[in-house]
Amino acid sequence: MAADAAGAIGPKLKDAALAALVAIALTVPILGMETVPGPDGRLTLDFHFHLVAIAAVLVFAGRLALSLLLRGRQLRPSGRSGAVAEFVSRHGTWFGLAGIAFALVLPFMPFASRYVIDVATTIVIYVMLGWGLNIVVGLAGLLDLGYVAFYAVGAYSYALFAQWFGLGFWICLPIAGLLAAIAGVLLGFPVLRLRGDYLAIVTLGFGEIIRLVLINWHEVTGGPNGIADIPRPTFFGFPFTRDPGEGETAFHELFGLEFSTLHRVIFLYYLALFLALVTNLFVLRIRKLPIGRAWEALREDEIACKALGINPTNTKLTAFALGAMFGGFAGSFFATRQGFISPESFTFIESAIILAIVVLGGMGSQIGVVLAAAVIVLLPEIGREFETYRMLLFGAAMVLIMIWRPRGLLAHREPTLTLAGSTGGTGTRGGGR
Amino acid sequence: MAYFLQQLINGVALGMVYGLIAIGYSMVYGIIGMINFAHGEIYMIGAFVSIIVFTLLGMLGISWAPLALLLVLIVAILVTSLYGWTVERIAYRPLRGSFRLAPLISAIGMSIFLQTYVQVAQGAKIKPLQPVVTGGFVFTDPTGFTVTISWIQILIIVLTLVLMAGFTWVITKTPLGRAQRACEQDLKMAALCGVDVDRTISTTFVIGAALAAVAGLMATLYYGVIDFFIGFLAGVKAFTAAVLGGIGSIPGAMLGGLVLGLAEAFWSGYFSIEYKDVAAFTILVLVLIFLPTGILGRPEIEKV
Amino acid sequence: MRRSILEVLHLTMRFGGLVAVDDLSFTAYADDITAIIGPNGAGKTTVFNCLTGFYRPTTGQLTFHGHHGPVLLERLEGFRVARHGLARTFQNIRLFGGMSVLENLVVAQHNHLMRASGYTLLGLVGAASYRRAEAEAVERARFWLERTGLIERADQPAGSLPYGEQRKLEIARALCAGPKLLCLDEPAAGLNPRETAELGELLLELRDRHGVAVLLIEHDMSLVMRIADHIVVLDYGRKIADGPPERIKRDPAVIKAYLGETEDEELPPEVAADLAASGGG
Repeated sequence: MAADAAGAIGPKLKDAALAALVAIALTVPILGMETVPGPDGRLTLDFHFHLVAIAAVLVFAGRLALSLLLRGRQLRPSGRSGAVAEFVSRHGTWFGLAGIAFALVLPFMPFASRYVIDVATTIVIYVMLGWGLNIVVGLAGLLDLGYVAFYAVGAYSYALFAQWFGLGFWICLPIAGLLAAIAGVLLGFPVLRLRGDYLAIVTLGFGEIIRLVLINWHEVTGGPNGIADIPRPTFFGFPFTRDPGEGETAFHELFGLEFSTLHRVIFLYYLALFLALVTNLFVLRIRKLPIGRAWEALREDEIACKALGINPTNTKLTAFALGAMFGGFAGSFFATRQGFISPESFTFIESAIILAIVVLGGMGSQIGVVLAAAVIVLLPEIGREFETYRMLLFGAAMVLIMIWRPRGLLAHREPTLTLAGSTGGTGTRGGGR
Repeated sequence: MAYFLQQLINGVALGMVYGLIAIGYSMVYGIIGMINFAHGEIYMIGAFVSIIVFTLLGMLGISWAPLALLLVLIVAILVTSLYGWTVERIAYRPLRGSFRLAPLISAIGMSIFLQTYVQVAQGAKIKPLQPVVTGGFVFTDPTGFTVTISWIQILIIVLTLVLMAGFTWVITKTPLGRAQRACEQDLKMAALCGVDVDRTISTTFVIGAALAAVAGLMATLYYGVIDFFIGFLAGVKAFTAAVLGGIGSIPGAMLGGLVLGLAEAFWSGYFSIEYKDVAAFTILVLVLIFLPTGILGRPEIEKV
Repeated sequence: MRRSILEVLHLTMRFGGLVAVDDLSFTAYADDITAIIGPNGAGKTTVFNCLTGFYRPTTGQLTFHGHHGPVLLERLEGFRVARHGLARTFQNIRLFGGMSVLENLVVAQHNHLMRASGYTLLGLVGAASYRRAEAEAVERARFWLERTGLIERADQPAGSLPYGEQRKLEIARALCAGPKLLCLDEPAAGLNPRETAELGELLLELRDRHGVAVLLIEHDMSLVMRIADHIVVLDYGRKIADGPPERIKRDPAVIKAYLGETEDEELPPEVAADLAASGGG
């Protein structure tokens, strides 16, 4: 028996050692030798061979553990969604309601400092962006790598309309959404005929074009300096200032409260929460309408859709435009919250983060997006050193999830309508036929 | 005229670099039909390995340029190829036959990972390289303008042509090339006929990465500075070149690279350097929309 | 005088140098089951792809008498063909695997439901008219599910069904699109004898009771000979025979074309019987 075990473990040890060798070869130049500027300005090297050793040991252990765990089976995508995912999805309504209730009372919890509310607001915005992108990626199956472009369109629309025409947030919000949707249609119309991976590249290119135009078109966008002094939000016309202008009433005066800067922070939090919940409601609803089912059908098989008379280009276009619209809403919220925007906020990395939220959460899963957004925003908050490592982790996680559970960690799909469910419905109306 | 000639030379040298990277995209696309998003990062790693080895050789006192270049070339190709092989092995191979978006998302994850990895390991600062190859030929025309062909440009052009010749020989004359072309036609059928598909795909990634390493080395020599972010832009441009030339076609990739390099050189020479990168992206979008099969590509027939 | 539903005139389809379909003309009638048969690679599926808008024919005229009167199919964009009342299935089944069986059938009624939902706006506010339309769509789906015996499977993912049921589901889905002409690409491939018999019953019922004309590509000769009213035989892209089954069975050109084949099950039963009698089988 001992010989048996040894015979089984021998090749695995060899395999793990080989992997460790590869790891050493890979990491010696990049990780083991760091180029640093020397005293004369020329580069010299700092050696960190202990890092190489650590990497080699980790790879050896990881590889060995993996092959022992899998015992000859290949690590392959599993079609099953897992018990946890199914449980969460089955009771999605309860999880959702509990989550919303928690979100609503959060600002009045004892631990809710200004910092906590600020972070929560950021999470909510990413949740909203994730839900918006989920229409495009999760439902329609279109890989959009330039989602941040629509976020930028929304942000700049709000900033410019507010500055030039003095329009308020609630008027600018639909305008920003509309402009983002138009940008989505303009981009989508020519490119949605393309194969899926070409679409990904074109959206990536489009995102970069928008950013480069923002940087270089000084007259309108302020170039790399961006736009400052964007009007801050008001409580339906009542500003959050200590000393309102002539004839104005400030928020704290309206309610007879002591002035506090926290009021605005809390208001912004609720504003974000409101926008996010509107997005969620919209997505949940449209998923059960013909257009939503057509998106999912397109994701599953475009050729079959054509044979059933579904116009693929128009259907994709609506997904693209609606996704862009929510990006635009989020963008105008971002602008009013920060009071300052510049092209630096709209880089490819931002698009990648939103995509990572959708992918990690589970394409099409609403609750998964919330969890993924929370993880992605909180990770660098736990420790600043996580800031850079965060992207390292996300990159690795995206690869691993595609291998292990390609539909996402929490992807369990409930049908949009069931025969069992609809029987009762038609029965009460005396039968459909 | 002299100015035109100068831009032409710059454009050709630049185009060769793009072309070398583009071949990697084109080959992988031809064989498994996916865009290897991480390929730009492979090029970036090639550039970093080059600069690290140059620095190491400098510290060891090896300063004779031809020897240093040769050693750097060899090490860069070896290490970068290993990166290419590993990326395929970890991020793509387990996903064959998975759902449509999986390999793309995995590739994006890999790209983010590699970029951050180099940023963490090497720092985010720009890395300058002391000029290794200097000088060149200077021609003066009667009006007093000068045209310069630097040794680096000559090196780029000659090395690329030699690599292309060798590469064409591999594809057309060797069993490896035959296996590769078979896989391009039909992966399943090739496997049934006894072609080791896994190995062929691995080799494709290795060759692509080796060419990207050469491109990385030459870009390092040419520009003199690199940072962890260069892979993104170069990747998109090279991909544009691959599509422009007709994705899947190797001569097309080189041709697309040349067209793009020339377009970029003339654009920044005659118009504005500010919108240089916008030009590249615009070409990409226009080509994909109006000429999705590229110059030398074959139209795809939808299989129903 | 039989009413024609589809007239194919001089259809030619070239891929580069390869002529997949060569000057094919035939007519399918509204009250018929029409079968297209022929050896592998004879161009049958290419004909289907031309009819349903996936390929643009090199030359030829394809007149279809659909819901909105006669229409030239070769001029339609692919997705518009179905709207005139021509639905199809695929040789390699194409279901929406991740969606439930019922959803597959409801998606097939997309255009109708899209109008009923006021292009989503009425649907978003939950208008009663849309809910009624959706209930009707479910009823229609239920009808075909019951007819094809898939009713128990309604809420399961389509991809999880066994092969034979997936074939049935694809036909049910095409029927939910409300076609005048149903094009089936090898519907009996991979079915066991009992399932094949049921399929035959279904197709006869479609013709007799639901007024749906059927055009089918099929290799199972016993099925074709039993249910088809009219057979078109292709070989190397050309039509070599056209007529009722009794005539096709005796046609020397057809027998010759099939004798070139090696697979026994693809022989017309008569030919196979002859071969067996002469000691070859």
